[in-house]
Amino acid sequence: MLSRTADNLFWLARYLERADHLARLIVATRRLAALPKAYGGQQSEWESVLESAGAIESFKDSGLAASEADATEFLAFSPDNPSSIRNCIELARTNARSVRTALTAEMWEAVNSGYLELRAIEAVADPDDRLGRMIDLARRVSLAYDGGADRTMLRNDAFFFSRLGLFVERADNTARLLDVKYHVLLPEKEAVGGSLDYFQWAAILRAVSANTAYHWVYRQALRPWLVADLLVLKREMPRSLISCCENVVLNLDRLARSHGKQGAAQREARSVLGRLETMTMDRMIQGGLHEFLESFLNDNNRIGGIVAEQYLFA
Amino acid sequence: MQASLGPRAAAPAFASALARILRVGSGAGSVSKEVWNLAAFDEMMGLNARVRAPYVELSRWLAATPVELRNSRKAQAELVFRRIGITFAVYGSEESSERLIPFDILPRIIARSEWTVLEKGLTQRVTALNRLLQDLYGDAEIVKAGVIPADLIYQNPAFRPEMKGRRPPHGVYVHIAGVDLVRTGENEFYVLEDNARTPSGVSYMLENREVMIRLFPELVARHRIAPIDNYTDRLLSTLRSVAPQAAGPDPTIVVLTPGLYNSAYYEHSFLADKLGVELVEGRDLIVRDDIVYMRTTEGFKRVDVIYRRIDDDFLDPLAFRPDSTLGVAGLMGAYQMGNVTLANAVGTGVADDKAIYSYIPEAIRFYLGENPLLNNVPTLRCREPDALKQTLDRLDELVVKEVNGSGGYGMLVGPRSTKAQIDDFAAKLKAHPERYISQPTLALSTCPISVDSGIAPRHVDLRPFVLNGANGVSIVPGGLTRVALKEGSLVVNSSQGGGTKDTWVLDDATVEGGI
Repeated sequence: MLSRTADNLFWLARYLERADHLARLIVATRRLAALPKAYGGQQSEWESVLESAGAIESFKDSGLAASEADATEFLAFSPDNPSSIRNCIELARTNARSVRTALTAEMWEAVNSGYLELRAIEAVADPDDRLGRMIDLARRVSLAYDGGADRTMLRNDAFFFSRLGLFVERADNTARLLDVKYHVLLPEKEAVGGSLDYFQWAAILRAVSANTAYHWVYRQALRPWLVADLLVLKREMPRSLISCCENVVLNLDRLARSHGKQGAAQREARSVLGRLETMTMDRMIQGGLHEFLESFLNDNNRIGGIVAEQYLFA
Repeated sequence: MQASLGPRAAAPAFASALARILRVGSGAGSVSKEVWNLAAFDEMMGLNARVRAPYVELSRWLAATPVELRNSRKAQAELVFRRIGITFAVYGSEESSERLIPFDILPRIIARSEWTVLEKGLTQRVTALNRLLQDLYGDAEIVKAGVIPADLIYQNPAFRPEMKGRRPPHGVYVHIAGVDLVRTGENEFYVLEDNARTPSGVSYMLENREVMIRLFPELVARHRIAPIDNYTDRLLSTLRSVAPQAAGPDPTIVVLTPGLYNSAYYEHSFLADKLGVELVEGRDLIVRDDIVYMRTTEGFKRVDVIYRRIDDDFLDPLAFRPDSTLGVAGLMGAYQMGNVTLANAVGTGVADDKAIYSYIPEAIRFYLGENPLLNNVPTLRCREPDALKQTLDRLDELVVKEVNGSGGYGMLVGPRSTKAQIDDFAAKLKAHPERYISQPTLALSTCPISVDSGIAPRHVDLRPFVLNGANGVSIVPGGLTRVALKEGSLVVNSSQGGGTKDTWVLDDATVEGGI
């Protein structure tokens, strides 16, 4: 397939995954920020959200205050924020238009009707109503697109590159979320008899739709290191780093099989997965959770770069 | 011939007859209050207020179908078009950068016997256009014989000296032509323009049919409509047939688009999809050692045939406009070496130029030894003293066009101009007669369209798509009908409020009888 098409599919999947992640992040943070101060609720939540969304620099440049209204507006609607939900959906649509022939009708309709709805939502006057609809839209579009891909796409390069983008982006989102909150996940921060950070942990889980999953896996009250364990090392958890990484390896292997050759991207992805497989929670915390996450983010980015090089995206 | 093109006398009782027809049955639509344009030939009602044979079934259906039903199906059609994204870009308007081309649900119907005549005429015309290009880029016999003046060819900006002495595979220059036809009477069709560069609109022809089948199955079932959905298969065969010999039995074909901001981008992606070939942009292609490759995930892959939807000027910054970022550096070199086929060939614009148009009937006689089957609009070339005198004498009734102008610029429409404007234009004409041609104003035929209150007549034209490959000419029956939606308007262009209709070619056997 054309390299440009592969590139577009890769990014199309990334933008929709990002839009979905932002929507969940906003919901979880609103809930947290609405708590009384004694329970950990504070305005600075929005700053850490902006940081984890990689938008803190452009937010500061825009001269807005880190209030909920400004932050949600910036995260969801701002054309000046390269990663706002609005821009993600628009960029996804632009990518979809240039690779229409590689998409099935279902996938195209998911993105195109999502974009048309976006235009309508932007015109809604009431800010709360507008935000609610936008969050709902971001979740629906990514679900419809993923479902469309899974149910209707041929299992060939187009599908593999699309999935590759999805999992590289998802790994990035989870790692960033954890990295911004790593200080509340360290064991020494746990206070006896319920912590102020309890609601922070819950918010992290909620942002990755893992609140219920946590209880099914561990069958005990929230413990910060278990939250980290779930989101880093549990294969069953679809947003964990190891699960994303497994899927990156899987899809790169499918590509290698279809092209009849392995390359640097496959090797790099396997070695990142290998490091995760041999990692334990104890060693991670000893070596520094922040350091671990930072190095994972670098690894993940490098895989994206090598894929681009190997498949002539540049 | 001139006389037949003027306005016609009103047919008596025409409108009332139409109203009578449409009130048959309950809930019938009524004739719109707008005045039916009696000066033009109506393709449903003819001139004598009797439903013409091809339209009998449609008029029965109209009479029996409540107008509300038609309106709701029309709304559904728009939704379908919007959802699948059949839009066209309008330059310079951010607000509505993607617009739908309005679709009218009433089909335009042509009888098989009428189509057969058109088909022969189109085949003849495109064959002659191709022969003309072979000649102009070869020995230029037609110029030597004094049929076409040399300066019209060699000073023409669309003439490409790079092509002189180079013959594309099988001598095919015009692989795809979109010939614009207009109708003025029962048996009177005229060629308005030969589009031999990169004609567009075929995706609308195909999608309009799909939408009609989806939304009006009962109406479609009452007719025997010649199918058109084999167009893309025929296009693929045409493109395969002209691949360079070195390409082998399975040539790699691509569609080259200027990109998703081009107004016809939807069509480019539609065609690539139906052809089952890659849709490439200039940046996906690279030329090495005069061979064209595309950048794929499995490495560089050789390209043999390019169905290009980019104008000559932008194809190759090394050969043509150096500021073009849409094309591919070195493409012209690969083309001249015969390593890749471009469809259409470079330099076809010289054959569909306004200045050359009036010579096409002579070219048909010159190359084929036949009389033209399709008429040109009678054209006076003001470069000829007699023609100039005739034009000056009748400026108030003629249309005068600048030969190198386009889009209606530098044009005088006599009947719609003031005395001062005409005098002003006469001065320009006298100063540079060679820059102008003049034609009579045509009374374009009308077809009924569906409006909120019923139906109303609107002017239409027809663009059949003519394919031309190593094995000759092939045309799917019909074409794209464009319709001027504004009352009284003659402008069918989509950028100026024009719409489209499905076009049916019907076997005559099913349309016997009348009302």
